[in-house]
Amino acid sequence: MNLNLLLFGVYPYIAGAVFLVGSLVRYDREQYTWTSYSTQLLGSRRSLAWGSNLWHVGVLFIFAGHFIGLLTPAFQWLRVPPVAHQWIAASAGVTFGLLALAGGLLLLGRRLGNSHVRAAGHPSDLFILLWLLATLGLGLATQVVTVPNLLAGHVADMEILSRYLKGIVALQPHPGLLAHIPWIYRLHLLFGMTLFLVFPFTRLVHIWTVPVNYLWRAYQLVRTRPGMGE
Amino acid sequence: MRIRAQFALVFNLDKCIGCHTCSVTCKNVWSNRRGVEYAWFNNVESKPGIGYPKEWERQDKWQGGWTLDHGRLTLRQGGRVKELASLFANPRMPEIGDYYEPFTFDYNRLVNAPLSEAAPTARPLSQIDGQTMDKVTWGPNWEDDLAGPFADRSQDTNFADVERSIYADFAHTFHFYLPRMCNHCLNPACVAACPSGALYKREEDGLVLVDQDRCRGWRMCVSACPYKKVYFNWESGKSEKCLGCYPRVESGLPTVCSESCVGRIRYNGIMLYDADAVERAASAPQEKDLYQAHLDLFPDPHDPAVIAQARLDGVPDSWIDAAQRSPVYKLAVTWRVAFPMHAEFRTLPMVWYVPPLSPVQSAMEQGRLPLGADGLFPDVSALRIPLRYLANLLAAGEEAPIEAALKKLIAMRQWQRARHIGAAQDPAILAAAGLDAAQAEEMYRYLAIANYEDRFVIPTSHQEMSREDPHGFQGMNGLHFGNDAGEGTPTPDLFPRRRTHSAEPEFPLAWLPRRKTGKSS
Repeated sequence: MNLNLLLFGVYPYIAGAVFLVGSLVRYDREQYTWTSYSTQLLGSRRSLAWGSNLWHVGVLFIFAGHFIGLLTPAFQWLRVPPVAHQWIAASAGVTFGLLALAGGLLLLGRRLGNSHVRAAGHPSDLFILLWLLATLGLGLATQVVTVPNLLAGHVADMEILSRYLKGIVALQPHPGLLAHIPWIYRLHLLFGMTLFLVFPFTRLVHIWTVPVNYLWRAYQLVRTRPGMGE
Repeated sequence: MRIRAQFALVFNLDKCIGCHTCSVTCKNVWSNRRGVEYAWFNNVESKPGIGYPKEWERQDKWQGGWTLDHGRLTLRQGGRVKELASLFANPRMPEIGDYYEPFTFDYNRLVNAPLSEAAPTARPLSQIDGQTMDKVTWGPNWEDDLAGPFADRSQDTNFADVERSIYADFAHTFHFYLPRMCNHCLNPACVAACPSGALYKREEDGLVLVDQDRCRGWRMCVSACPYKKVYFNWESGKSEKCLGCYPRVESGLPTVCSESCVGRIRYNGIMLYDADAVERAASAPQEKDLYQAHLDLFPDPHDPAVIAQARLDGVPDSWIDAAQRSPVYKLAVTWRVAFPMHAEFRTLPMVWYVPPLSPVQSAMEQGRLPLGADGLFPDVSALRIPLRYLANLLAAGEEAPIEAALKKLIAMRQWQRARHIGAAQDPAILAAAGLDAAQAEEMYRYLAIANYEDRFVIPTSHQEMSREDPHGFQGMNGLHFGNDAGEGTPTPDLFPRRRTHSAEPEFPLAWLPRRKTGKSS
């Protein structure tokens, strides 16, 4: 088995399986550890407020952008030409990437600079923040290749990446597609896939339980005795 | 009308001596582990003072509790969308410095220090990061016994509409203790604010609890509680709060703070209330009407119609009996000498306070206080603690109910004083305060003698009602086939659980479709 097959044909499924099964097992067995592990109580209000908001907003938009732009045919439906599609992707990605980077660096500074946060935090909190920042940095670095290509009117690399990712999700992996893709994209992909691998073992699990049902549930909750019914 | 039972408390501020025994016993039982060193589920504040956490009463700053938005009850910290938008960084979340940095002392240094001329000192260490602290600058009772400059303490919001500068000098100063715990409100803002639905009110006794499995650390409850009685455990990443000592209360024992109170100021009892009327009561248009609206929620537990409805709504007979003998009902409803703190927060709190009569003997002897009819007890308006201050604290600014209560307390004292010195007891004094002799005697028994069995009327919980298959639960209440201590909230099981039900059929037609159980409403 060659390395390319292992990293881009097998590893995505290992990471994906660990992501899904790991999350399920943790939800089932470790509810008490299922939390955002907020450190807001411990101080540095301003860097948290700016950092956390910039970070979350940036990352959410980046996630949505990756999902829509790479995995769905949304741009084809909208009849956006490929070059325009990639210009939109690159500019939105850089914008929100820089927002998230600024927020993430603020959070990193707070995590290392505030002795309370440093002491109270778990090592995995620092690890996942560094890993996310590295993935984000690599994602921004890909623009060094993408933008000159776009200026020259080339979108082939991005379309290959999109096809590769669609193949992974459709359970028809074509790792061979990546053979001639610049290494920076591949590194970004590996870092990104590793996020899924470590996801269930970090505080990131809070993403699964975003409380959207708060928007429509009753304000007051009264729990009846199990046997009483209602 | 839908009748529910509520475990409630009364604190008699007139007798609180500020010994902090309640706080210490509570801490030793519930919050002495990592992450909540700073949290005092029960604390005792010195009033006037800004309290713990700092300035907790200032809702212009913290945005806790409820407000009326075009007549509709909404959380003061914002509606649902605004709340979800605040998840990343809650702008109203207190920080550790608003409470205090928990500290211990470097006791090892006293033993391990090398030989030196000067005696070694144990310097304060932070309990969060372990580092030496230069100076401890705040604590959970930093203002104890009026410590600190008046200029700082007088930031107390209860001074609203009081000429606070008068109380700055020693001759006019006043002081009383304010023990505080979770109010287990009828309209809790923390429950309403919890995005993940982890906080809930128990139907059977009204205690407000945090489901530690469901809490995701979104922190909205911490800011929503206007009393700042939900605490964030920085180690577990989850909220924790006063549990009303439910394992004790379920067994018919008083809460540990109440049990250990050396001044016998705490009363535990059951109140029946109309659950359907809660939202309307909390939405009273005028703040000054909230106290009366709150009182109107409590139907007479002796009324046969109320008893019948309570039975229909699943309140056990032993609880109805306890509600009829409830010291809380007597003090709050029958005699109206106990009040909910800060009714204007609109959470309908269920810890009620008997206002303090200030110790005024020396001022009276110096002839500085106008006296009442008998020339022995001061006139209520001349008490050392300004009526307005108490009204701001206990009656949303309405002085009349507080004045009426203080008059009753003074009249009762006059009546008892006359009896104990063998003087003639004047029923006119009682009548002027709206009391009769029998009431005055009973009030005296409850407030002055405060026997254990009068203070604590707590029915045991009915565990047999709390599960559908009590027989199957036999033997399951200790070591349990699973990695949790009890049954908990059912979640989808990834791994097979050992069965928790009896092998024999629960009832003959077990295969018939049955109603679902254990859901929240």
